[in-house]
Amino acid sequence: MVSNAEIVIIGGGISGCAIAYNLAKKGMKNIVLLEKDYIASGATGRCGAGIRQQWAAEMNCQVAKLSREFFETAEETLGYDHDIEFKQKGYLILAATEEEDKQSKENVALQNSLGIDSRYISLEEAKKIVPILNTTDFISATYCKDDGHLNPWHTTLAFAKAAERLGVKIYTHTEVTGIDHQNEKIIGVQSNKGYIQTDKVVNAAGGHAQVIGEMAGIELPVYSERRQILVTEPVAPILDPMVISFSKDIYCQQVPHGAFIMGRGGENEPRDLKHSTSWDFLEKMTETALSILPDLKNTRVLRQWSGMYNFSPDKQPIYGDVPELKGLYLAIGFSGHGFMFGPATGLLMAEFILGEKTTIPIDKLHISRFEKGELIEEASVV
Amino acid sequence: MPNHDVILCRCEDVTVRDIHDAIDEGYYTLEEIKRVTRVGMGPCQGRTCLMLILRELSVLTDQPIESLLPDTYRPPTKSVSFDLFGGHPKQGGGAHGF
Ligand SMILES: Cc1cc2nc3c(=O)[nH]c(=O)nc-3n(C[C@H](O)[C@H](O)[C@H](O)COP(=O)(O)OP(=O)(O)OC[C@H]3O[C@@H](n4cnc5c(N)ncnc54)[C@H](O)[C@@H]3O)c2cc1C
Repeated sequence: MVSNAEIVIIGGGISGCAIAYNLAKKGMKNIVLLEKDYIASGATGRCGAGIRQQWAAEMNCQVAKLSREFFETAEETLGYDHDIEFKQKGYLILAATEEEDKQSKENVALQNSLGIDSRYISLEEAKKIVPILNTTDFISATYCKDDGHLNPWHTTLAFAKAAERLGVKIYTHTEVTGIDHQNEKIIGVQSNKGYIQTDKVVNAAGGHAQVIGEMAGIELPVYSERRQILVTEPVAPILDPMVISFSKDIYCQQVPHGAFIMGRGGENEPRDLKHSTSWDFLEKMTETALSILPDLKNTRVLRQWSGMYNFSPDKQPIYGDVPELKGLYLAIGFSGHGFMFGPATGLLMAEFILGEKTTIPIDKLHISRFEKGELIEEASVV
Repeated sequence: MPNHDVILCRCEDVTVRDIHDAIDEGYYTLEEIKRVTRVGMGPCQGRTCLMLILRELSVLTDQPIESLLPDTYRPPTKSVSFDLFGGHPKQGGGAHGF
């Protein structure tokens, strides 16, 4: 292992890999990425990998749009030799209450003003897009055909391999155990495989972001909560878009391989950083899925697993630096939507670290917003 | 020396060669090899092939089998249909709805 680096990135999820790739592409040398397990072993490889631009807050719409544009040509741009399985067949968001219906209309107006091609549609139209949909419990829907989902493992590996070709040194199975600092400046990183001298560290540790904060003596305003998800056996293609309902608490997709993947928020999920699973999830998940997509009744569930949502106080990411410790950068607190922000996270963080003007202003996502009380309001989250 | 075209994982059509290729690419844990090759992720969930794969991995990477065993349990152990959980009335045999 090398003994010094220009920058050490902690975490080999989509955030860390995309940041490494963008920094290298901009010409930074001697970049090191440390991952305690393997690439995409955290939330990234466990996630639904849905990408939508249908948000209620302007910042989220912009970050998601920038990422969607990248995903469309990601395979060529990153020179990846495998399919990243981008199924760009839209997101159908169902409104079940008057409140959701009203919010939908407002969201679409905002999205359209930002160049996002979403539409407010009737249930008849929704049924044309998803013929197997049971519309009984709903009022209306919104649809954006450019949204979709990808294979998170291959997408992240595409970033990691492109970064390596540009000279980034990635060490997997290497765990950061300490962050060394002096006079409020970073001076090095300790890992179980050795010590690296550096004055810049990126915390992209996903569910463990707050643990990394503790190592640096900084209390970060984030915590992690378990979220569960399941996959079925592969069946014939029958569902094009990702279907979601906030009030019913479900997102559901059919991947190109044929399997259905679905998840929910859940109640009282543990915050102990363990990848455990519960029986209760299977029961509630299948019940909700059957009420919306009754044709799934004979489809078999193959397995369920879990991952961590890293929540910030306003459920929006934290990008930028840390006033108390020079050289520490944060890309944390994605609160369940960090995969779809991945490409933007990489670009914006690289620009910020190099002192460039960021493509989208990110000062609103700085950690100081919590002290100032300038939280971002986002109504549309699962 | 095993025949490299032999299929180890029947659900996902993964051969001995596929496993060797993944190891050559630098993957040496079961979790990584599953993701690269889809081995053990089909309807039988590795009940038929898991030990065969672990043996290949153990020999090729020189690690004892015990150290390669999966550490998380991902229920259900045996695949079960939605209506069994979802509380809706059960219908007919095991055929898929579509
Ligand atoms: C069930 C589920 C479904 C989801 N669905 C979606 C979705 O549909 N769309 C979407 O956009 N987002 C979704 N998300 C959220 C998304 O997965 C995350 O926001 C995103 O993957 C975060 O990426 P990351 O790179 O920041 O973190 P991670 O992927 O968690 O990566 C952090 C990495 O850091 C490593 N690490 C931690 N501590 C250390 C250490 N001390 N030393 C070295 N390495 C360390 C970890 O091993 C891990 O690999 C979902 C999440 C879950 C759990």
